[in-house]
Amino acid sequence: MTPFGYARAADRADALARVGSGARVLGGGTNLVDLLRQNVEQASELVDVSRLEGAIRESDDGGLLIDASVRNATLAAHPLVRHRYPVLARALLAGASAQIRNMATVGGNILQRTRCMYFYDVEGARCNKRQPGAGCDAMDGFNRYHAVLGASDQCIATHPSDMCVALAMLDAVIHLSGPDGERSVPLTDFHVLPNATPQTETVLKPGELITGVELPPPSAAVTHSEYRKVRDRSSYAFALISVAGGLAIAEGRITEARIALGGVAAKPWRATRAETALVCVAPTPDAFLAAIREELVGARPLSGNGFKIGLAERTVVAVLGALAGARA
Amino acid sequence: MSIRVNGMEVLPPDDARVSLLDHLREHLHLSGTKKGCDQGACGACTVLLDGNRVLSCLTLAAQADGSNVQTIEALAAESGALHALQRAFIEHDGLQCGYCTPGQICSAIAMAEELRRGDPSYVTLDLAAGPPVVTRAEIRERMSGNLCRCGAHNGIVEAIEDMLVETAA
Ligand SMILES: Cc1cc2nc3c(=O)[nH]c(=O)nc-3n(C[C@H](O)[C@H](O)[C@H](O)COP(=O)(O)OP(=O)(O)OC[C@H]3O[C@@H](n4cnc5c(N)ncnc54)[C@H](O)[C@@H]3O)c2cc1C
Ligand code: FES
Ligand code: FES
Repeated sequence: MTPFGYARAADRADALARVGSGARVLGGGTNLVDLLRQNVEQASELVDVSRLEGAIRESDDGGLLIDASVRNATLAAHPLVRHRYPVLARALLAGASAQIRNMATVGGNILQRTRCMYFYDVEGARCNKRQPGAGCDAMDGFNRYHAVLGASDQCIATHPSDMCVALAMLDAVIHLSGPDGERSVPLTDFHVLPNATPQTETVLKPGELITGVELPPPSAAVTHSEYRKVRDRSSYAFALISVAGGLAIAEGRITEARIALGGVAAKPWRATRAETALVCVAPTPDAFLAAIREELVGARPLSGNGFKIGLAERTVVAVLGALAGARA
Repeated sequence: MSIRVNGMEVLPPDDARVSLLDHLREHLHLSGTKKGCDQGACGACTVLLDGNRVLSCLTLAAQADGSNVQTIEALAAESGALHALQRAFIEHDGLQCGYCTPGQICSAIAMAEELRRGDPSYVTLDLAAGPPVVTRAEIRERMSGNLCRCGAHNGIVEAIEDMLVETAA
């Protein structure tokens, strides 16, 4: 680990000034401290934003505004989240452990980096994300956890966040602040696919901070939503596949379907094709399966993760089936 | 500023790279808190930071500046009388080698408070309902951040159940 300085941001302006002069942002540190220690990342200065005001409040239109420094555990336990956005509470609770959720911030969770073991293995493995042009040892290696959608010949890593899968499904918007002022980006446009530049993971610009996340008012399918995570052990493990799903049904037909997938790509994957295929149809297992198959038409299995395609299909059918059953 | 460790004011380290775990063990000689993986994967280093359970291996000591840290050393009374959960661990064989035990115990104490507040877990069926019903499945899920490589989990869960019943009574 290279030596670095540490300062606690006095307020947002102070944080922005420090980031502008080259400091790395520190949230809970659950990812960054680890990456610095493993020498995957380096920093000369850290600015701690985890003690900035962390509020969760209703927006004027009935949505929710969440400050970037809110801890994952606090967000999951918040009454408005549990009642109006159950998919988000469940996704947060599916992530990591109670200790890590107490530390992790919303901003850090969005910007956490892949858990690809070759990305972590500085001494022993080639990784295009860590060192552009070096090659990718995951391609012919242990790629059970890697992507089946949107991967490139440069990188097959997945984004590991559970929370972000729910945020993608909820049409969440990320608020950013930087040297050129403030802007907002839909979460589904925030993370980018690897293409030829896997070192670029998001549209965040140098000097920018995530200041918060905004959720639109809950639609019927959001109020009636769930998150299911399939993993190699039943707790404290990253997702093989995860599904955020929501359904609204009226007179035996689906009026609104929302689906996002985790564990399949370098970004949380909003399954818009599957959603479109479900509108106005009867909520049957066959309809669910046909819809998710349309989404997965472009899926490409690697040597070790072909099972993910069938697993994604079955998990979507199970989640939507449970939601339809509970409503009926 | 300073860190309050088990009621004592101590200075943060000069080097910002030092973790809270190393600060406790190497500089303050509080070796009750254990280092298992040093990367957030085992829970052996769990301590209470302002009452919340956190991993001291992924916390920089500087991040704890101005906060209250409680470690396993603070649990027994001055007289040496053990905390109810420490007694329950002994009674139920909640340990073999004992390496994970300080982390398990700190973690479970904070877990009891989370349950009391009504915080849900991944296995809580109805997230919108009131305080979750305490079942073994709830305890196992809530304690999944603490691994035990000796496999003493059954005793650990029983000991925690005991403590929860005792404090509820
Ligand atoms: C053992 C283990 C298991 C885990 N399991 C899961 C799991 O199952 N599911 C899951 O979703 N996650 C899991 N995680 C990951 C965990 O959720 C993330 O590490 C955490 O959410 C990161 O948040 P943080 O605040 O600690 O971020 P930090 O580590 O502080 O920061 C992460 C990145 O975000 C940047 N950053 C932080 N805040 C801001 C901001 N406001 N503006 C701009 N940049 C910012 C930092 O510079 C850094 O690059 C696990 C982690 C560990 C160690
Ligand atoms: S030593 Fe901290 S989690 Fe293992
Ligand atoms: S008692 Fe040995 S690791 Fe738990």
